[in-house]
Parts: sequence; structure tokens; C-alpha cells
Amino acid sequence: MHPGDESCLCHGNQACVHAANERGIEEGVQMRSPIAKPYSPADKAGVRPALVYETQKVMKFESELNPLFGEQVAQKAHGEKLFACIQCGTCSGTCPVSHYMDYAPRRIIQMVREGFEQEVLTSSTIWLCASCYQCTVDCPKQIKLTDIMYALKQLAIEKHLYPKNFGVPVMAEEFYKQVAKNGRNSEGKLMINIARRTHLFDLLKYSRLGMKLFTTGRMALKEEGVEDKEQLRTLLRSVERT
Amino acid sequence: MKYLYYPGCSLKSTGKPYEESLKAVFSAIKVPLEELHDWNCCGATAYMAVNEVKSFALSARNLALAEKQGEPAENGKVQLIAPCSACYAGTLKTQRYLEENAEIRKRVERGLTAASLSYSGNVQVRHPLDVLMNDIGVERIKEAVKAPLGAKVACYYGCQIVRPYSVFDNQQVPTSLDTLVTALGGTSLDWPMKTRCCGGSLVGTIRDVGLRLNYLILKEAEKRGADLLATTCPLCQFGLECFQHEVNASFKENVRMPVAYFTQLIGLSFGIPEKELGLQRLFVPYKKASIGG
Repeated sequence: MHPGDESCLCHGNQACVHAANERGIEEGVQMRSPIAKPYSPADKAGVRPALVYETQKVMKFESELNPLFGEQVAQKAHGEKLFACIQCGTCSGTCPVSHYMDYAPRRIIQMVREGFEQEVLTSSTIWLCASCYQCTVDCPKQIKLTDIMYALKQLAIEKHLYPKNFGVPVMAEEFYKQVAKNGRNSEGKLMINIARRTHLFDLLKYSRLGMKLFTTGRMALKEEGVEDKEQLRTLLRSVERT
Repeated sequence: MKYLYYPGCSLKSTGKPYEESLKAVFSAIKVPLEELHDWNCCGATAYMAVNEVKSFALSARNLALAEKQGEPAENGKVQLIAPCSACYAGTLKTQRYLEENAEIRKRVERGLTAASLSYSGNVQVRHPLDVLMNDIGVERIKEAVKAPLGAKVACYYGCQIVRPYSVFDNQQVPTSLDTLVTALGGTSLDWPMKTRCCGGSLVGTIRDVGLRLNYLILKEAEKRGADLLATTCPLCQFGLECFQHEVNASFKENVRMPVAYFTQLIGLSFGIPEKELGLQRLFVPYKKASIGG
């Protein structure tokens, strides 16, 4: 039982928030909500630490937040009903990859609203989202979470806020370049370009797969493209102007 | 009635067996398919992450080309078949945003005009499963069955065929593929992974996560006694089948689960030769006889 609180229903359970706060004060550590967890590049590997209820030792001050971040994201995602979120957690519960994320979707939404710009844009969450739209379909407030994740990805790429050799944004960029140039994506070439920019060793890892695709006639090395490349480029150029 | 057909990048490379079997099946039921001339990539999930309006512009070009090339069906709309789930969901999403968002519509229309194209909204995007079940009808398919499947099939729809804009089946528990498999003489298994995400390109980018998502689907199918998985999407097929070796190595398992396109299963039950269905291109061989068909 933690001192001074005989009435607490936790009966001394170590995970109890009250108990943890008591411990924090005894250790001279100011407790913060776990959302203030600092970004660490090691987290990018995908697996979060096993201990979930860790003590947060880094403080984030109100003055360090970006109070406009929520509005910016909402605008980028076409006035999404970000602020209608009731924090029920359906999105996090239904997401097939939430257990790999540093912040599950419900928490990301709240962090966006609170202005944790740096933490959100450098989180693994936005890159783990595979766009399966389960959260979008299940959200009781009809918030298009997948589109919010897309808006966050766009912001992170615009601001170059991701580790240099991190696979997902690298793939997005390589894919983007290839399609902007040719109008089509050549899967073989895309795989090689990604491996070149991330981990060259991956090429070896995938060589078995590549050979098999090649021998079954499922991978061509020639560059695919549309016939009317000029038309496509004109189109892409003209939509960019606001 | 003629259907336009938008293959997308995957059906020309890793998803080649899908294209081959789709064409063979449509030709067997005498429904003409015509490839969309000079189609471009839909942008998939990657383009959307970099530049949204450009990703809509890409799909809008395909829609404009389809409107020009196709003939309107009874409902006044050109029927465009998109077999790849990413192309299907991406093009549907573009239509939805063009309808609902004036700013996006304005920018995309300006781009189309500059490129001497126009789109007035008269294209209906269809998944081949939708066309087969709702236009052709399960009765007509049943009549064409010569060699019933006789296999236990785990029907795997993947995510983007019903989400976010499902137009022909239930978003949580779709049933059209199960109905089809039953009509082909197979047994569709009751299982919970029907629309569970396979991770898509994660298998190539964040490998551990991608492999695990694929593993969960494969192992669940095996535990429920499936002879094979039926899929509707080239990216799901690629992850579940081509990475099966890696999944097994990573989880110390020995799952051997054939993953076939639903069009290959239709073709098999129609008695179309395996080669015409691209079955020889599968990494995990699927022999109909070996499973008691």
C-alpha cells in the first residue's frame, strides 16, 4: 500500500498510477504522462520496449509545443474531424500494427491536438500504418484516420524528419520519382533502388526471391512507362500550383 | 457489354498469374475485356504519402482515358475493371475526393485541361469479383463448372477491396468470395482473418512487422485445415506466397500454403489448362488433384 492513501482500490499494485506517482516523488522524478516519451532512433526498428509503464523522465513544457499543429494537420487532411475525437481507443484496438508503434493511433490523435509536433512527425507510428483503413471504418466519430496518417507522412517528408535509411519513406520517395518520370512503376527496379538507399545487404537477402521471381516470369528488369510521358508530366506539373 | 480493364503495374510483373487467369476466365464466359490504352500507375499507398493531389491526378488521368475509350453501359457509365486492390481503392478514393472536395477538383481539372484531357464523372470502377458476382451472376458461373474444386479454401479478401469505400460487399465480414468458392465446388472455411491486413509493402520495408502479419494469416489458415488461400489482390498474394520461405525461417515453422488468385480457382473449375492460368508461376505449387478435387 502506498503511503497516505489507505482508500486506494489498487491495494498496493505496482502499476497503480497513484502508487507510481508516490514512487516518482520519492525518487525526485517529476511524473509526466507517457506521451512525453522522447524520440529515440532505436525505436525506429519497430519493436517497442517490453515495459509499457515506464517512468517518463523527460519533461515537455507547454511553451515547447506547437499550439497550431492540430489545425495544420486538420487542414492538410481536408478539415478532418480531428477535434471530434472522443479518445475511445477503437482505432488503437482495431489497428493490426499498433503493438509495434511507439504511440498507438488514439495517442497520436491526442498528441496532434496538443501540439507534440516533433514527437508525432518522428514517430514510427506514421510509417507503420499500412493504409488498411480498419480504423477509418470502425471510428464511431467517422474520423478518417488513415488520411490523417497520410497528412502526417507528407509533413514528415516535407520536413525531412525521418532517419536517412528508413525503409518506408525511402520507398515512398523512390516510388514517387519513378512514377513521376515514367508514369508506371517497375517493381524490380524499385526494389533495387530501395535496397541501395537503405541497407545494401538487403539486396543479398532478396537475391533468392529475385531469382525465383525472374525464373517464374514474374519480374521484368526493363523499365515500364506510359507512351505519352509529356502529357503525364504536364498534368502533374499543373496540379501542383495552388 | 464491353468492359475496360486497367491492369496496373503489379499485374504486368509479380501479379502476372492474376492477369493471365483473369483474361482466361473472362474469355471462357465470353465477356470481352479491353485493356485501357496508355494507363498509368494509380500511385498506390506510396504516392499518397508524398503528394496527395498528384496521386489524385494520376488516377484522374486513368479515369479520363477510360471515359474517352469506353462505351457507357446501361447506367450511362463506362465500366472500368481494376483487379488490383490498390488500384481499385485508389481510383475509388479519387472519385470520392473529386466529388466531395471542391479545391481538389479544381486543381485536378486544371491539370487535366493543361494535358488536353477531361473527365466528367462517367466512369464506374469495378473489382472483377464484383463484376463476376453481380453482373455475370453466380448461376452462370456455376453452369460453367466442369471440375468442381473440392478443396477447403480460406477466402482472404485483404483490406483495400472493401475498405474504405465498399460498394459491393460488407466492410467487416464480406461474403462474395465465399459464395463464389462454394459455387465452384469448394468449401469456404469460417475464419476471422478475411479482411485482416497483410501489411502490404511492409514486408519489404519493415521486414519483421511485415513477416509477422503474413505469418498470422498463413498459420491461422493452416490451423483451420485450409488446403489453400484464395486471394483477390496481387500485393497480398506476393507477401503471403513469395515470402512464405522467409516467414517460415523467421518463425521456425514449416507452413506450406498455396496462395492462389480467385480467378485461378475459377479457371481450374472451368477446366482451363493450368498453364493458361499461370499456375506454373506460383512459388508454392498448387495441384488440384493432390487435394482430392
